Amino acid sequence: MRYKRVAAVAAAATLTLGLSACGGDSDDAGTGAGNKDFAAGSTMERLNTAQKIKVGTKFDQPGFGQKGLSGKPEGFDVEIAKLIVKELGIPEDKIEYVETPSKVREDVIVNGTVDLVAATYTINDKRKERIAFAGPYYEAGQNIMVRKDEAAITGPDSFSDGTKKVCSVTGSTPAEEIKKYVKDVATQLVLFDTYDKCRDALKGKQVDAVTTDNVILLGYIAKDEASFKMAGDNFTKEPYGIGVKKEDTDFRDFINDTLDKAFEDGSWKKAWDETAGKFGATLGDPPAVNRY
Amino acid sequence: MNVLIDKFDVFAGGFWLTLQICFLAAIGALILGAVVAVLRISPVPPLRAVGTTYVNIFRNLPLTVVLFFAAFGLPALGSNADFLRIPGLESIFSRLGTDLPYFRFGLIALVLYTAAFVCEALRSGVNAVPAGQAEAARSLGLTFGQNLRHVVLPQSWKASVVPLGSVIIAMIKNSALVGFFGVVGDLSQTADQLTSAGGYPFIPVAIGISVGYLIMTVPLGALLDRIEKRQAVAR
Amino acid sequence: MSQQSSVLYDIPGPRQRRVTLISSLVAVVVVLAGAYLFIYRPLADKGQFSMELWGPLVDPSNENFPLVWDRIGLGLKNTLVAAALAIVSSLVVGTLLAVLRIQLKSLARRRFTGTAAPLAYLLRGLSWVLAVVTRVCVEVFRGLPVVITIFFVARGFPEFGASFDNLWYLVIGLTVYNSVVIAEILRSGMEGLPGGQAEAAAAIGLSPFQTTGLILLPQAFRIMLPALISQLVVVLKDTSLGFIISYEETLNIGKQIIGVLGNPIQVYVVIAVLFIAINYSLSKLAQYVQHRLSQGRKSAGTTTPTPPPAALTAQAEGAGGP
Repeated sequence: MRYKRVAAVAAAATLTLGLSACGGDSDDAGTGAGNKDFAAGSTMERLNTAQKIKVGTKFDQPGFGQKGLSGKPEGFDVEIAKLIVKELGIPEDKIEYVETPSKVREDVIVNGTVDLVAATYTINDKRKERIAFAGPYYEAGQNIMVRKDEAAITGPDSFSDGTKKVCSVTGSTPAEEIKKYVKDVATQLVLFDTYDKCRDALKGKQVDAVTTDNVILLGYIAKDEASFKMAGDNFTKEPYGIGVKKEDTDFRDFINDTLDKAFEDGSWKKAWDETAGKFGATLGDPPAVNRY
Repeated sequence: MNVLIDKFDVFAGGFWLTLQICFLAAIGALILGAVVAVLRISPVPPLRAVGTTYVNIFRNLPLTVVLFFAAFGLPALGSNADFLRIPGLESIFSRLGTDLPYFRFGLIALVLYTAAFVCEALRSGVNAVPAGQAEAARSLGLTFGQNLRHVVLPQSWKASVVPLGSVIIAMIKNSALVGFFGVVGDLSQTADQLTSAGGYPFIPVAIGISVGYLIMTVPLGALLDRIEKRQAVAR
Repeated sequence: MSQQSSVLYDIPGPRQRRVTLISSLVAVVVVLAGAYLFIYRPLADKGQFSMELWGPLVDPSNENFPLVWDRIGLGLKNTLVAAALAIVSSLVVGTLLAVLRIQLKSLARRRFTGTAAPLAYLLRGLSWVLAVVTRVCVEVFRGLPVVITIFFVARGFPEFGASFDNLWYLVIGLTVYNSVVIAEILRSGMEGLPGGQAEAAAAIGLSPFQTTGLILLPQAFRIMLPALISQLVVVLKDTSLGFIISYEETLNIGKQIIGVLGNPIQVYVVIAVLFIAINYSLSKLAQYVQHRLSQGRKSAGTTTPTPPPAALTAQAEGAGGP
């Protein structure tokens, strides 16, 4: 697969050579074409020629995508996006980050507002109807965070008696998932637009639990270990992927190649250790990239 | 368009919840607004200062900020707004009595915010009463309270109706924000939920939600227009 | 305000002054005690006054202070940009809409004598339909919450292939709502003018369009200026709804800062103070303008026309947005 593409690239006229040479430190081999020329008409070529890219990520997700005081987003998702952008031969400072909260991620891809989305984006079949996923590059799982002194909540089944209240974010997968366990949605489920509000509500004892992917919760726990803890193990599998346009198979393959390369050369692990890894979550082995 | 029929109960539920919160908030805002209005025109300077400060603060804040303080400031003050769990009332408006305080928090924010505008509407009504009326009442020896109760308020009420109505309409529209502060199932949160998590097409959902709000606001607006026209003729 | 008060009660005598003084003192003590018991104490108990939480916002020597205020400055800039764009476009669209509605209304009343009968009927029907359409648009957009309008614009426009920056969604959403409100303010201002104005304009041979543009609109603007300025406050407050569509205005930036520093109450207090300061000065400006206008009228020696009731309504509509 990869070799076929390399051949195609080599065969393609190197019209963009002059432009792509501006791409900076791009001669590390890997995708094959040393000086980053891509098949004519491909998304990679378009982005490389334009020398800029729009990346959708979260701005409020500690460890994955959080806008710091410097005004730049930081986190694992951001680092992964940077790896891909580097492979495209675009300098880091030419990335324009767009905030993509959970509920708009499909829309911004379909509408072309962004070129790719890396935003704790769980791969699932329903989303695949509208967009395509490269990756996964990480496998998270839904979990529950409670106050340190909480003993009654041990897992999702603890919500079935109708008394414990749980918080999540409007339009997110965890919110839909937890509905299966909750007895009365109206009085037990609280939905905010960000997880930060859920965390504050948990601390203020307005809710008894916050549920979402374990890594997000770990970020909160790492910041405030005196207040929060996990309740039980992950009860779902949430493989995080990179969202791209549905029909753009070339770009998807390119990102998958890039991810495979990052798994091998250690840049994937390095990105993790510098960001979400600081919260104490284990990284494990690289997930197998799913090329469909 | 199917979503309008398939999910009719969701739209209806959202409408019902929004109606509940608007009804309760309107009552609260009218009462609090009247109190603040009396404070603002009272003879005791510190009370006047309290009233003025109140109006200046809440009229100049975005409701979003007020909602934030209600939803997160109140818990920090150690309150779950349990005083709103009024027996009897909570059996009709079931969300008032639940352990989830966000309905109550949303209510408090709407009441606090709207009361400032209610106060101004009432005051504009009082201002519309010719000064001679109050002066005549004073020359008869009526006190401040008697003056208000027997002379000024009965007349100012008429001039206040239309501005008050506009304030209530604005409040109904403002209630759309509570869906972003933890109230699950009102009209605006329903819109969000159906389009983003439910994956339903956007246009029909938008129509359904719009109709829900317009049912509440447009007839009220038409009624106000009529009252306004009749008053204009009477004048 | 002070005039109003003195109308309602007599100038206090010595006894009344004593009562007032005592009740003032009691009121002050009650308010302060309440604030201490119910606000200060619980907050202090939870350590909300610690320098760790306040430092980045108020202590210039704190390492995060310049960063935080850089961000807040950016947020304020974005808020003001969005508000300025929204108010300008609302004014333009609103004025056009008001003129359109007035013109359509008079057109719909015209009989089009002098044209052939079928054509006259067609023209009458057409202007009637247009009048109804604009009326419906006004009612719909006036009746929808701004949040919902902004949300719909941001989600709906890309659906039809029109994709812009978040700033423009916010501006369009605010314009849709506020231009309708402004149109109504101006329309009621024009309709509230004495009928003699339009009649005199017609008598000296001005066309309906000239009448509106030269006679009615300038007067309506003048009468309604305070209401228009309060609408500006509304727009400024409404820009805070940009957080729904991820526009980086003051509140959204505040949220990001909270995400890093974990001091929500403190950041929101600062933002609240900023908003109150800006909006309060705008309201004061509105009052000043109103004052100037009423003075101007007196010196011109004309009688002060009572503003139509809609002026009050319009001001109450100031609650139009959060």
